[in-house]
Amino acid sequence: MIETLVNITLFLMLVATAIAISQMHRLFAVVMLSGVFSLLTALLFVALDAVDVAFTEAAVGAGISTVLMLGTIALTARTVKPSTRPQTIPLIVVFVTGAALIYGTMDMPNFGDPLAPAQVHVRPEYIERSVEQIDVPNIVTAILASYRGFDTMGETAVVFTAGIGVLALLSGLGRRRRKAPPRGPQEPKA
Amino acid sequence: MIWDVEFILGHMNYWLFIVLMMVGFYIVVAKGNLLKKIVGLNIFQVAVFMLYISVGKITGGTAPIFPADLTGHIEYDPSILYSNPLPHVLILTAIVVGVATTSLGLALIVRIREGFDSIEEDELVEIERAMMIADNAEHGSSMGGRA
Repeated sequence: MIETLVNITLFLMLVATAIAISQMHRLFAVVMLSGVFSLLTALLFVALDAVDVAFTEAAVGAGISTVLMLGTIALTARTVKPSTRPQTIPLIVVFVTGAALIYGTMDMPNFGDPLAPAQVHVRPEYIERSVEQIDVPNIVTAILASYRGFDTMGETAVVFTAGIGVLALLSGLGRRRRKAPPRGPQEPKA
Repeated sequence: MIWDVEFILGHMNYWLFIVLMMVGFYIVVAKGNLLKKIVGLNIFQVAVFMLYISVGKITGGTAPIFPADLTGHIEYDPSILYSNPLPHVLILTAIVVGVATTSLGLALIVRIREGFDSIEEDELVEIERAMMIADNAEHGSSMGGRA
């Protein structure tokens, strides 16, 4: 019961943060609120027994992402220009998608059900055998580094590719900035 | 379909996460600022993570870490109920990949701003249209005004 209460409270704070993000016009506030959002998410992960995920989310989501976004607003703009386009079609799209997703959850097993299909297939083997096979106290570590090591290798490949992409996009930025004439509306290059 | 209290309480978590996911989706679709779109995409992504983690949660379970005794010896104790560690592993990977893609998106925003001096979608569409009209005019005049 208390767990449900904690979950719902944290969740309401998350939704309040997300709605505030959608209404803010200063990008600095948006970035800071996204950091708050990540920390609240980390708390919710702790409540859901995923302590490793909470660590990662707090370090990566609230730390690195916030720094990257701050760098981006320093290089681009500080405020959002108010949009003039109509908001009805996005709202309809969002509500229809949400309704379809909620319809999709009707067949799901109850939250926390120990006999749900997700809990009876490979989970018992991982938990029973990881002590004798891997001998690491944290089962998440054992699975991440040993049973499913190839996942982590694929992850490394993705991160490497993204790093190359960022370097290719941003290399020479400072050089071009120094060469360019001082600020003013630029002609779009044809 | 039975709408009793147990069903509603058991599915409440999924619905809450879907609401959060839709708020993120709304930001992506309705807001014109590119950085805001990235933040909305992050919210959407985090909601998916929560959905996965809540699938792995078992009522009365605990974090999947074996307790060690004073000598550091660990032993499997069947009387302790552990939550499912597999979704945690998958989401750990997904968080890191998510940050990699976010940084790529942010780099694209910086590059767009450098090229067009704007990070608002409406203005970028305008600039693109102006470029297309200029292009058409140029090609048309080289065709003798007939294109």
